[in-house]
Amino acid sequence: MRSLIDIKDLSIEEIDELIVKANDIIENPKKYVHACDGLKLATLFFEPSTRTRLSFEAAMYELGGNVLGFSEAQSSSAAKGESVSDTVKTVSCYADIIAMRHPKEGAPLVASRKASVPIINAGDGGHNHPTQTLTDLLTIHREKGRFNNLTIGFCGDLKFGRTVHSLIEAMSRYQNIKVVLISPVELKLPSYIKHDVLRAHNIEYVQTTNLEDVMPTLDILYMTRVQRERFFNEDDYVRLKDSYILTPEKLVNAKEDLCIMHPLPRVNEISTEIDSDSRACYFKQVLNGKFIRMALILKLLGVE
Amino acid sequence: MIVDAIKNGIVIDHITAGHAMELYSILELDKLDCTVAVLINVPSKKKGKKDIIKVDTLLDVDFDVLGYVDPNITVSIIKDSKVEKKLEMKLPSTVTNVIKCKNPRCITSTEQELDHIFKLTNAEKKIYRCVYCESKAK
Repeated sequence: MRSLIDIKDLSIEEIDELIVKANDIIENPKKYVHACDGLKLATLFFEPSTRTRLSFEAAMYELGGNVLGFSEAQSSSAAKGESVSDTVKTVSCYADIIAMRHPKEGAPLVASRKASVPIINAGDGGHNHPTQTLTDLLTIHREKGRFNNLTIGFCGDLKFGRTVHSLIEAMSRYQNIKVVLISPVELKLPSYIKHDVLRAHNIEYVQTTNLEDVMPTLDILYMTRVQRERFFNEDDYVRLKDSYILTPEKLVNAKEDLCIMHPLPRVNEISTEIDSDSRACYFKQVLNGKFIRMALILKLLGVE
Repeated sequence: MIVDAIKNGIVIDHITAGHAMELYSILELDKLDCTVAVLINVPSKKKGKKDIIKVDTLLDVDFDVLGYVDPNITVSIIKDSKVEKKLEMKLPSTVTNVIKCKNPRCITSTEQELDHIFKLTNAEKKIYRCVYCESKAK
């Protein structure tokens, strides 16, 4: 029995397998409509995340399975003080696989050590969110047809943005990747990621505060939201939230085949005028998220 | 200063000067009934000065703890007044319940029964990270 807690749990070959499976699901959806007949996914969301939860639930329903669970801690036994360990031991009796979101970092790892069914980390605080990273990887692969030889710009909140950290980590395993880090000084990528990931893998990277200067070099632009919940201080949030807003003017010198990504939800960091631009891939990402989660559920359940 | 030789016990040697009391506390030597000698600022050819702890019983020591606190330490196991074994410490790959995770967002902050486990992620810089939240040990 395997779980997915951290994107590093998966080898490059396993990621490739998931991409192949997701593409097969996209091309042959009918083949999979009964793949999980009689199986149940429990979505244990100790903090609300409508998008991720619905993506998991839609994925399981499209595989013919069923879903049970809760969408916030208040409607679970956690509100009575039950430990994560006890909750997952109990839910293991009802479901075949669990997708868990929890505000505390490391909670899904604790769950995976106690549960008797596979656990999928659906986000643990500001720490890991491996299915978002898989979603991003599927999108990159579908849009670019490769993982090697890419220049990826990450823009916005690079300090607290866990999706950025995980994607950098995942992409660092491929060949000839260049990373461009675009952020206000206050939200720069943490130095341990630069040291432990970028330098450790000899990844070429530049840091800048100016998006337009680097725009022509980018194959992928990964925008992020400056998240209110990651700040202890409201004043800092208000001061920084509008730092980097992508507008059509900023795209004037961008490549024709630039792929603009965003983990969503966006607030205002991508102008809605860009939604109709063929380079906007963020809503395709949402759809890809469902397909890669379907592929992951099949893999962890051992269903062919 | 002369401290009696021990017959059956352990000698923790080459402790960086000034760190013996930290080890004394971590190993909970205050709870022992036997003789324990803590020697501080002992002249050392190699290091100038060092600390030594002698314990007059065959104590079951957690070598991971010793290695984490000071990888330069050596431990001699004394049996019948002879050195039976001399062990050199090294940085352990994981340490359990030696360091506490101080990240308020870590699951260990709310689930009290969990062991605090840290793994070595950078031996050169002696960086340990919490296995749950990956925060650096402070």
